[in-house]
Amino acid sequence: MNPIVLWFHKLGSPPYFYRFAGRWIPWLYAIALVAAAFGFYGALFTAPADYQQGDSFRIMYVHVPCAWMGLFAYLFMAANGFIALVWRIKLSETLAMASAPVGAAFTFITLVTGSLWGKPTWGTWWTWDARLTSELVLLFLYFGVIGLYHAIEDRRQAARAAAFLALIGVVNLPIVHYSVIWWNTLHQGQTVSLIGPSKIAPSMLWPLLTLAFATHMYFFASLFARARVALLELESGKEWVRALLPATETSHD
Amino acid sequence: MTPTRKRRLIAVSLILAAIGIAAALTVLALSRNMSYLFSPSEVLAGKAPDGASFRLGGVVLEHSIKRAPGSLTVDFIVTDRFHDMPVQYTGVLPDLFREGQSIIATGQMRNGHFAAREVLAKHDETYMPKEVADAIAKAKTAEAAQHASGSH
Repeated sequence: MNPIVLWFHKLGSPPYFYRFAGRWIPWLYAIALVAAAFGFYGALFTAPADYQQGDSFRIMYVHVPCAWMGLFAYLFMAANGFIALVWRIKLSETLAMASAPVGAAFTFITLVTGSLWGKPTWGTWWTWDARLTSELVLLFLYFGVIGLYHAIEDRRQAARAAAFLALIGVVNLPIVHYSVIWWNTLHQGQTVSLIGPSKIAPSMLWPLLTLAFATHMYFFASLFARARVALLELESGKEWVRALLPATETSHD
Repeated sequence: MTPTRKRRLIAVSLILAAIGIAAALTVLALSRNMSYLFSPSEVLAGKAPDGASFRLGGVVLEHSIKRAPGSLTVDFIVTDRFHDMPVQYTGVLPDLFREGQSIIATGQMRNGHFAAREVLAKHDETYMPKEVADAIAKAKTAEAAQHASGSH
C-alpha cells in the first residue's frame, strides 16, 4: 500500500491518533504562540495607520483571522462529518464534534470584533446585511450542532446526528463567502485574495497572514487536545486506555 | 467499498445535492429582496419600494454638502456617477462621512428628495498607509495637470 494511504489508515485508529496528537500538541501551541507574538508585534507596532480609518483598522488583525477560522473549522467539521456518516470512522466523529466549540468561539469573536469596529467606522453596532446575517447563521449552526450532540444519550449516534446537521449547514459557507459579491452590503468586499492582487499594502498584509497562520496552529492544537479527551471517554473500556493508567489498575490488587 | 458504504455514500451525496439545489434556488429567488440598498439610478427607475422606507447607497458628490447654520441638518447629493439624488439628514454623521465617501442612508422619498433617518458610512476593501494614499492623490493631480496643459 502507498505509505501516505497507510499512514492515513493508521491515523484513523484511536490509540495511534492519541499518541500522534499528544506528540504534536506542545509544538502546535508553541508555533501558534510565537507566530501570534510576531504577528501582533507587526499589527500593533510596525504596520502604519490606515489612510481613512486611522488606528481603528487594527481590529482587523483579530477579526479577519478569526473569520477565516470560523469558516475553516466548519468545513473541517463537515468533511469529518461526511466521513463519519459514510464510513463510520470513530475518529472522524470525534474530530467533527471536537471542532464545533472551537469554530463557534472563533465565529463569536468575529461577530464581537466586527461590531466593535462597525460602531466607529459605519456608525452602527449591527445591521441586517447579507454578510453579517449569514455569519450570525453560522454561529447558530455551530450552536445547533453542539446542542444536538449533547441532546442524544448514545455518543456515537449523537455524533452522527450532529454530523448530519453540520453537513446540511455547509450551504451557508458559500453564502457567507460570496455575500459581499452577490448583494449590495454594508460590509466591504474581499481585501485579500488568493488569486490576483490583494487590496492592502504589503506592510499591513504580512501581520495579517502571520496571525492567520497562528490561529490555524491554535485550532489544531485545541482540536487535538479536545479529541484526545473525547477518545479516552469513548474508549474507556478498551485495552489501550487501561494500559495508559497502570497505577490505578494495580492499586486494586 | 462495501455495498452498505456505497449505499450510504450515495444517500448522503443525494441529500446534500438536493439541499444545495434548494439553497441555490432560494438565494436566486430572494436575490432581489435581499438587496441591502438601492442606487440612485435604481430609485429613479422605480425599483425602490414606493412610499416605504428603504436604503439608498452611493457616493457623496464632491462640493455638494451644505450644512444649515444653527442646526444639525445637512443637505448633500448621493450619486452612483450616473444619476444623482438629493438627500436631507438631521443628526450626527459617522466619522468617515465626507465628500467622495460611500454612504448608506435609510429613509424614504419625500417630494423628490430622500429624507434620511440614519446615515452609515461604507468602508471599502482597500487598506493603505496615509503616505501611499497621499502619493497616489499627488500623482493623480499631477497627471490631471499634465493632461490639462497637454490639451492646450
